[in-house]
Amino acid sequence: MRITQGQFSYLPELTDEEISAQVQYALDREWPLSIEYTDDPHPRNTYWEMHDLPMFDLKDAAGVVKEINEARKQHPEHYIRVNAYDATLSRQTVAMSYIVQRPSEEPGFRLERTEDSNRQIRYTTHAYVTDVPTGQRYKQNQQ
Amino acid sequence: MKEQEGPGGPPKPKRAGFGGRPASSSSSSEESGEDGGEPQEPAEELLADDATIDLVADRAKAGVDEVLAELDRELVGLLPVKQRISEIAALLLVDRARRRFGLESERPNLHMSFTGSPGTGKTTVAMRMASLLHRLGYLRRGHLVAVTRDDLVGQYVGHTAPKTKDVVKRAMGGLLFIDEAYYLYRPENERDYGQESIEILLQVMENDRDDLVVVLAGYADRMDVFFKSNPGMSSRVGHHLDFPEYDVKELLDISGLILAKQNFRLDPEAEPVLRDYLTRRREQPRFANARSVRNALERARLRQARRLVTAEGDVSKDDLVTLIADDFLGSRVFDGEPDDESDTDAAGRPAEESAEEPVKESAGG
Repeated sequence: MRITQGQFSYLPELTDEEISAQVQYALDREWPLSIEYTDDPHPRNTYWEMHDLPMFDLKDAAGVVKEINEARKQHPEHYIRVNAYDATLSRQTVAMSYIVQRPSEEPGFRLERTEDSNRQIRYTTHAYVTDVPTGQRYKQNQQ
Repeated sequence: MKEQEGPGGPPKPKRAGFGGRPASSSSSSEESGEDGGEPQEPAEELLADDATIDLVADRAKAGVDEVLAELDRELVGLLPVKQRISEIAALLLVDRARRRFGLESERPNLHMSFTGSPGTGKTTVAMRMASLLHRLGYLRRGHLVAVTRDDLVGQYVGHTAPKTKDVVKRAMGGLLFIDEAYYLYRPENERDYGQESIEILLQVMENDRDDLVVVLAGYADRMDVFFKSNPGMSSRVGHHLDFPEYDVKELLDISGLILAKQNFRLDPEAEPVLRDYLTRRREQPRFANARSVRNALERARLRQARRLVTAEGDVSKDDLVTLIADDFLGSRVFDGEPDDESDTDAAGRPAEESAEEPVKESAGG
């Protein structure tokens, strides 16, 4: 199951040139970019691990793309996303966030039903990969 | 080119080439081949073999002449440097023309080293160089990131690499100007972190040649030592530019430029005095060429201000913009002593010592 979260997630995967153009768009607006990765695909998993520090004062996308490739090399089977932060007063939030890499195989989620009081049913989703401890997930994909 | 499957595509979408992962299917290999191609000027089609290119028009279109003329106007002297820069500009133009005929040639190595005495215009030229290369389409942004050892070398183990990489990332698409580059290498301390920084720079200069140009600057003798002890660095630098010292006439021209910019003018009588001043100052230690000229003019302005304030009567506009001979004759250079510049040094040293003393005491006690 293909995870859709962040920008562009309903589009075909971005090519490296398209990623670079999006990065340049953020840099032109002076939004510093950061790269994050995770192996927990749950949609409520908002806080991903940082890959290196956020990048400030960059002018050209080449620097960010280099770092993205570095992250891909280090985490070949993780989700990797790029965030652009808009520090303008009154906005001060992540302005762009999109996935630039995903595991080659995404097993998806199962629906879990728990019975509550009065036979009420509560639903939750559970990612199949999280049955495996973190760090060993998606390992089966790596040949 | 791009993937055709939409979100509603097959349940197991083939994401060939995505994520920079080595592609597993055969279709993706040609895709990555296309993606990895030159992204620049894809629309421009190749010219026929018998076509001709008007290099002069090309030159005008790129605005090269403007930058070179500006260089000529604003920088006095430096003939060998200017000549080299126009050669580089010509090479890049010809290279561009060749590419339009489909003649592939490797991108020329544009890393440079600027050597010369203090105040000979190394930083200024570097700034012009960045905009020149930008106009020629060699640098995508054409900004200048000026750094020194402090910005590149860390203070503890593991601090240097991120610091240097951060600087490199900031300089991507522009020009990385490393001032006093010889400080990076400290032979007296073999565990100095500078070496680590040099290694990263070497790698960047080799691998990211398309993305940035590195300019190393410093005093000639020390840079010689630096290059001798880092032969890899020397061979990766394509252009070694030596900035000659200014002679007195050039120094006078420089002062003329500085004065004109600040809306001052020299009294006709002051001119020979300034010439005399520069001749004497040039012989003294710690002469920093254009920078010394600027400092001398600053001090002349001080004396002029004092003269005007203490003088009786009204001051005209003419008085305000004119520096007269007396303003220069007040300098200590004419007493055969070193000028004020060294004075601040002498004053700075005792202050430094007194600041150190309490530290020594506390260390002893």
